[in-house]
Amino acid sequence: MLRDITLGQFYPTESCIHRLDPRVKLGGTMLYIISLFCFKNAAGYLLAALFLALVVRLSKVPFRFMVKGMKSILFLLLITVGFNLFLTPGTPLVSLWKLQITREGIILAATMAVRLSLLIIGSSVMTLTTTPNHLTDGMEKMLRPLKIFRLPVHEVAMMMSIALRFIPILLEETDRIMKAQIARGADFESGNLFKRAKAMVPLLVPLFISAFRRANDLAMAMEARCYRGGEGRTKMKPLLYTRADYLAYGVLVFYMVFSITAGRNTFYVLPWK
Amino acid sequence: MKMIKTDKLTYEYIRRDDDGNVEGITTAVDNVSLDVDAGEFIAILGHNGSGKSTLAKHINAILNPTHGTVWVDGKDTSDEANLWDIRQTAGMVFQNPDNQIIGQVVEEDVGFGPENIGIPTRQIWERVEESLRAVGMYEYRKYSPNKLSGGQKQRVSIAGVLAMHPKCIVLDEPTAMLDPNGRKEVIRAVRALNDVEKITVVLITHYMEETIHADRVFVMDRGKIAMEGAPREVFSQVDKLKELRLDVPQVTLLAYELQKRGLQLPNGILTVQELTQELSRILAERERK
Ligand SMILES: Nc1ncnc2c1ncn2[C@@H]1O[C@H](COP(=O)(O)OP(=O)(O)O)[C@@H](O)[C@H]1O
Ligand SMILES: [Mg+2]
Repeated sequence: MLRDITLGQFYPTESCIHRLDPRVKLGGTMLYIISLFCFKNAAGYLLAALFLALVVRLSKVPFRFMVKGMKSILFLLLITVGFNLFLTPGTPLVSLWKLQITREGIILAATMAVRLSLLIIGSSVMTLTTTPNHLTDGMEKMLRPLKIFRLPVHEVAMMMSIALRFIPILLEETDRIMKAQIARGADFESGNLFKRAKAMVPLLVPLFISAFRRANDLAMAMEARCYRGGEGRTKMKPLLYTRADYLAYGVLVFYMVFSITAGRNTFYVLPWK
Repeated sequence: MKMIKTDKLTYEYIRRDDDGNVEGITTAVDNVSLDVDAGEFIAILGHNGSGKSTLAKHINAILNPTHGTVWVDGKDTSDEANLWDIRQTAGMVFQNPDNQIIGQVVEEDVGFGPENIGIPTRQIWERVEESLRAVGMYEYRKYSPNKLSGGQKQRVSIAGVLAMHPKCIVLDEPTAMLDPNGRKEVIRAVRALNDVEKITVVLITHYMEETIHADRVFVMDRGKIAMEGAPREVFSQVDKLKELRLDVPQVTLLAYELQKRGLQLPNGILTVQELTQELSRILAERERK
């Protein structure tokens, strides 16, 4: 059933990574990604990979779930690698027809592949160990300073969590409308792209109407329960840092300093630099 | 003090064309004056489009009267300064359970109202627990609302209102989208609120059976109050109810026809059980003769 799908791709289990404050995980992921773009030698990537392996181990999420995220963007990964492999100028090694593979190309392509894989696995650790709810909470709190620039931080976070609540409901509704239209002889499968897009119209129109009706009802229900934006609102589940969170921040700083120092050391500099 | 009081309440929906000119006016509520005492259980019946929802939305200050005045717990609803007080005093439960649950977890949804009115964290948890227990949904506090039945979702919605400690709850056809079991669950929860928590209840419905425990029943038609009285008083006037296009239960119709043919039945029978009891009593009497 569609209503059973889990959003994001949260993997429910008990681990110290799951228990961390979402702000730590958001900030940590960001720092980790930055670190990946700072390295100039293989030692940096090796450290980054080791660090990630440790975090994955601690999170108790089976490794195949991490790789699942990779599958969806395998195509993008291959294209990036391909471009770098064939289009980097330098010392030619092999040439096929008009394309040639250079030494620099191989190195660059390998770096790119490693960097992207680490980046994807790194960010899926965050989404696998944090509920979507917690993530929006964390984002709201982290971005709160942006309020002075009149950015509607609370409202955006509220919109995100409402969207998360309604996606399964709307998916189910799509399914229902689709079945109703198929029963009346609608055909969503055959024909060319244009024909199929046209067949979607009788699906999208009722879906949009119902979505607007729901939005209207929900707004009324929220107002009836005294909702009036973020001002003066308290939290049922406020985000509070614990000792584990401070420890995690410490580990992160240590990782950043250590890996970037090692990663930029000219002693290991990549051959073409 | 009256919990709810309306004085010559009139509400008009104005339809405009693309240029903003008035195209037509629907008078959804027409000159309604009524009083509800604190602790009362009121039911409002009426066919579709008779103005029940429009009336209900005035009690929560979602709509403001075109003419006339509404007071909730002594406060005028059209005074902007009273708005949030009134919404806290008079909670509202709507028809579609999916469109009024905001949280992704039951307990978070129940906590939404208290969060909005700035209750400290610890007290929110206390209120959530007590409200979920009051509607018998405490075991489901960690569930996703998407995994609950319709009746359970409506009970969560009621808990969400309860957690704001209202003095009055208005329920606008809370059972319209539910199966018979869900309907029973919800009505039981609503009655408990009135009996145990002494909360004033305004129940809007088009199922006559659900209003039998009310202190008073109002029947609306074309924006006006067409009938008013104790449930049995109202239900005994079967012809008039049919004229007002209400779905009179079949047992009530049968009892009414039997009464017309001379059987000594009490007025306003609503359930099969009642009718069979009365009939066996009559049979027993006849055998004795
Ligand atoms: N948003 C609206 N705009 C215009 N007319 C409306 C609107 N809502 C309701 N009406 C009209 O007001 C009348 C009363 O509607 P409503 O209060 O919803 O009745 P009920 O809840 O008893 O079915 C109906 O004639 C309906 O068409
Ligand atoms: Mg209605």
